[in-house]
Amino acid sequence: MEVLAIVGSFVSLLGALFLLLAAIGIIRMPDTYNRMQTGTKATTLGSMLFFVGIALAHPSWWTKLLILTVFIFLTNPLSSHVLARALHFIGKSPLVESYGGPSVRDDLAFDEAQALMPAEDSRQMGKGDSV
Amino acid sequence: MANTIFLIAAAIMLVAMIIAFFRIIQGPDLGDRIVALDAMTIMALSAIAFLAHYLGRSIYLDVALVYGLISFLGVVAVARHMERGL
Repeated sequence: MEVLAIVGSFVSLLGALFLLLAAIGIIRMPDTYNRMQTGTKATTLGSMLFFVGIALAHPSWWTKLLILTVFIFLTNPLSSHVLARALHFIGKSPLVESYGGPSVRDDLAFDEAQALMPAEDSRQMGKGDSV
Repeated sequence: MANTIFLIAAAIMLVAMIIAFFRIIQGPDLGDRIVALDAMTIMALSAIAFLAHYLGRSIYLDVALVYGLISFLGVVAVARHMERGL
């Protein structure tokens, strides 16, 4: 049982390191969308590893920790998707001028522009860059 | 030994929460702030789970679950407010 607690503590330490990487990414990333992807993916993995570590240290709490882990796994990508969708629809620009140009491809804007075009124009537009 | 490593993990998580709070202070607009707040609530969720381990009470995991529900609802509400108003 002591060995299981030590293994769980190391798994929790790994999860806390992922949370620290997420926070550093939130500070360091140049763009709102980049901050969003580092702030939701890394925190999902980090908090799930932390809960698994606590479940290894306390094996009798596994039901509540399983509910928490499944809850994080379902709702954290959902909230990130809702945030990215809202930021796109209020016209938040993904361009970063200080890094010398566009940093992402905006595929949703490309699809919307393609839906408005006639068919032959959209086929020509598919070969070009989507910015 | 296991408790020491758990304490180190909690200290790292506290440092991560403080670093994410800087983004809430200096974020250029509402989008950056709500992204940082979302990450910070997930870190606080893990902190409450650590507190449940440290104090030995499993009832705090229910507190963490309810806190996660409310923070998810808050993020969705703010995103909805940014998009077209509540």
